[in-house]
Amino acid sequence: MKELLNSPLVHVSLTLAVYIFSKKMQLRYKSPLLNPILLTIAVVIAFLLFTDVDYRDYERNTQVISFWLAPSVIALGYALYSYLEEIKADFKKIIASMLAGSLTGIVSVCMMAYLLGASKTTLISLAPKSVTTPIAIEVSKQMGGIPSLTVAFVIAVGIFGAIFGQTYLKLLGVKDPKSVGLSLGATAHALGTASISERGPDFSAFGGLGMALNGVLTAILAPWAIKLLLLVLY
Amino acid sequence: MGMILIKQIAIFLGLWFLGELISFYGHLPLSGSIIGMLLLVIGLELKLIKTEDIKVVANFLLNNMAMFFIPAGVGIMCHYHVLKQEWLSISGAIVISALLVLTVVGLIMKKRIR
Repeated sequence: MKELLNSPLVHVSLTLAVYIFSKKMQLRYKSPLLNPILLTIAVVIAFLLFTDVDYRDYERNTQVISFWLAPSVIALGYALYSYLEEIKADFKKIIASMLAGSLTGIVSVCMMAYLLGASKTTLISLAPKSVTTPIAIEVSKQMGGIPSLTVAFVIAVGIFGAIFGQTYLKLLGVKDPKSVGLSLGATAHALGTASISERGPDFSAFGGLGMALNGVLTAILAPWAIKLLLLVLY
Repeated sequence: MGMILIKQIAIFLGLWFLGELISFYGHLPLSGSIIGMLLLVIGLELKLIKTEDIKVVANFLLNNMAMFFIPAGVGIMCHYHVLKQEWLSISGAIVISALLVLTVVGLIMKKRIR
């Protein structure tokens, strides 16, 4: 029994089953708080603690799921391609908003963490929080953060953006697919993009663009920005 | 149907592999998947790849993207001690920074569109 509870079969089935169930719950009750990712993560953690299984085992057992993360990022290229003309028409504006967004993301999270008394390592690990996992890991490693902690922050931002992002943008009066997609993609990467995908293919296309551009800009800007911030703050 | 899926998956894996090669040998700060995404846009634009050749799998991947994050997300449990100690500064920084980025990008885009 112990072996079965720690097998790819049980871990993958559990993950898929809970995800499908929470997705149905969200559709039925329409509450953004019933975020399927958040619910599934919570249930799986409870299950692992209860059955006394190490995270490393679960991680290895579910590689068949996480393997598709990179291909799904590549698939955003298909969404982007469909809106290429619109992107070309607005290119300068898009770049300007993304540059501002990327710098705001890096600087504000470091400043807030510093003001609220986070440790230096936590601060560095937080810096690339708004970009997709593979890029965030690289930046964190390069600057002396803890990569796996960074992954946790990236997911946390993604869940926060997926739950509250759309409502907040509505309050700001931001409603068109271009602006909503770019803001959520730049703030909450693939999870933010996934949260608006039901509103139409144009939303996901610009979400993908926001995520890609913010990823590229953050990968280039973050190391310099972090160096400068550490120099000033410590 | 079976062959179609296999062919489409193979195209995605090929793009991923190319992306990793370019990232590694070009010493680029970008991940292989982001480069693969750009390669797909270029391939489609230059008609090297036809939309029909990737459509089914692309839609499947796009529709289920969030689910592929779950295994990484469960990894949060390994950082229980750090999160317990610094939860306030971490969540405060994340929430405020996320709202600021949404505001900056959202307002610039909204203003410029009109």
